[in-house]
Amino acid sequence: MSIAQAGLIAVLFSVGTFLVLHRSLTRIILGIGLLGNAVNLLILTSGSVPDGVPILGTGSDPADFTDPVPQALVLTAIVIGLAIVAFLLSMAYRSWTIDGNDVVEDDLSDRRIAAEPDVDEDFGEET
Amino acid sequence: MTGGLALFVAGPLLGTALCFIVARSQTAQRVIALSVSGAVTVASIAVLVHVDTVGPVTTSMGGWPDAISITFVADRLGALMLVIGNVMMFAVLVYAIGQGSRDERSPWYAPAYLALVAGVSGAFLAGDLFNLFVCFEILLMASYVLMTLEGSDDQIRSGTTYVVLNVVESLVLVTGVALVFATTGTLSMAELPDRLAALPDGVALGLSLLLLIAFGLKAAVFPLFSWLPDSYPAAPSPVSAVFAGLLTKVGVYAILRTQTQWFPDSNRTLLLVIAAATMVVGVLGAIAQADIKRILSFQIVSSIGYMIAGIALGGVAAVAAVVFYIVHHIPVKTSLFLVDGIVEQDEGTSELSRLGGLGRRSGFLAVLFLIPAFSLAGIPPFSGFIGKLGVITVGLDQGEWWIVAVALVVSILTLVSMMKIWTGAFWGAAPDNRPRGVLRHHPLMSTMTWFVVALTLAIVMFAGPIYSFAERTAADLAVAPTATTTVGAP
Repeated sequence: MSIAQAGLIAVLFSVGTFLVLHRSLTRIILGIGLLGNAVNLLILTSGSVPDGVPILGTGSDPADFTDPVPQALVLTAIVIGLAIVAFLLSMAYRSWTIDGNDVVEDDLSDRRIAAEPDVDEDFGEET
Repeated sequence: MTGGLALFVAGPLLGTALCFIVARSQTAQRVIALSVSGAVTVASIAVLVHVDTVGPVTTSMGGWPDAISITFVADRLGALMLVIGNVMMFAVLVYAIGQGSRDERSPWYAPAYLALVAGVSGAFLAGDLFNLFVCFEILLMASYVLMTLEGSDDQIRSGTTYVVLNVVESLVLVTGVALVFATTGTLSMAELPDRLAALPDGVALGLSLLLLIAFGLKAAVFPLFSWLPDSYPAAPSPVSAVFAGLLTKVGVYAILRTQTQWFPDSNRTLLLVIAAATMVVGVLGAIAQADIKRILSFQIVSSIGYMIAGIALGGVAAVAAVVFYIVHHIPVKTSLFLVDGIVEQDEGTSELSRLGGLGRRSGFLAVLFLIPAFSLAGIPPFSGFIGKLGVITVGLDQGEWWIVAVALVVSILTLVSMMKIWTGAFWGAAPDNRPRGVLRHHPLMSTMTWFVVALTLAIVMFAGPIYSFAERTAADLAVAPTATTTVGAP
């Protein structure tokens, strides 16, 4: 694994994590995209020779070739990543059509506790 | 028999495609979904019998050697989970057709449900780590769709948490897969135990923790559980029933495999502490809630704690108890959610403050609720008692008194949370003195609930054979796992 690749993976992981921690679903989706790319690069570098080709047809020294398995894995991972981002985008759009924003809200218990003094009001509002 | 394991994934996925083709006809969709799910269930029973009498079955795709191909392996544990999972999914499918809710009538329901069948079956049969990840993704993708099918405000809100957390879990899992491959050079579940044992302790510990985080989030263990009680209640009843029964157990299944086979004798204290915290936090959360579905959801978290405790204790006896506990918990939890579905169908709510007197109106429903409720709390004649007894006995044998004490106290508190549902919904008078009589619901709904409850009673009735099967399963897991692939060539 070259330093440049390791550095790139580290940057993608950190920026992705930073974005995922936001409240806005759009930023979370961008973060998940970056994290997905970081992981895909990580899979790719887990092959023996990161800048080699899997099968060249000439030569027989294993050190010349990289392991083809991670390359097959990464293709699957990319496709899954695409499907997930597409689904998240459609959910963000749905969220936007319902209430005009894409902020991820607190869960029910948290909101109930936040409104503790008038619990009954909260009950009524939510049904 | 050999070569056919891939059909457990391919068959339901083909059914998904067919359902899309006939999207205009709901009847055709239902027929396809029922026949595919039924066929998979029957086939899984055949696989279980074969695995128990003859030996493990392996299918390698495309004629590649086992180590590098996509493999499906059915050993005792996988086959057992496959059977119980598919029986539940079939029962819930029939129940949902009876209920005929707005979700179920959507043209997307049947395809998504069959994809869920494919994902769950595949996850239990996956023979390599990446294949396990892909099957997880199939079942998660299907669960995202089922959870947000209606697209209502509530579903989108809780669905967002559910989807984002599970996507992050998947990313952690793939990172784990990449690092396992980078350090060991293989992803085959048969080869990994030996290769991992050869790694330096620090590296192995890092890998085991990474996988534990990924599967722990799926199983909803203590620090990573908060998504579950918020998202499951938002789904329609049959969907939450199958999620509650199965999806967390897929995570527990993965933890069971990785921690007992790949990283034996490590993380014991960590897992015990996680187990205790999961049990306590789950049950306290359940007592604090005022909605049937939310109470039941928190109880899932608490039950996961028992399973993790058994996994942490380790050894054949503990693993056998965990296997039995999982087998009992899946139908019990499913049936409780199915009962809640009948209540909701008639009353339009599952909030305890707006329910009451259901026991007076329908004695059958009250019995349907009481049997799994006692079973979950671990009251002696029912199935939960046997599973809990197994875990607790091992805890006493190993001198871990504190985890036994926690487990016993949590058992009583589980009963308290069940009594909360009983007094709130079934006992007393109805809020507006509704007439006595059976609740309005489709006969298929109560038939299927009876079926699942009868299954939990059958588990007690045949506890002897099932427990000895669980012991054989645990013995399989304890011995060198390479044995699972050498038998039953493709």
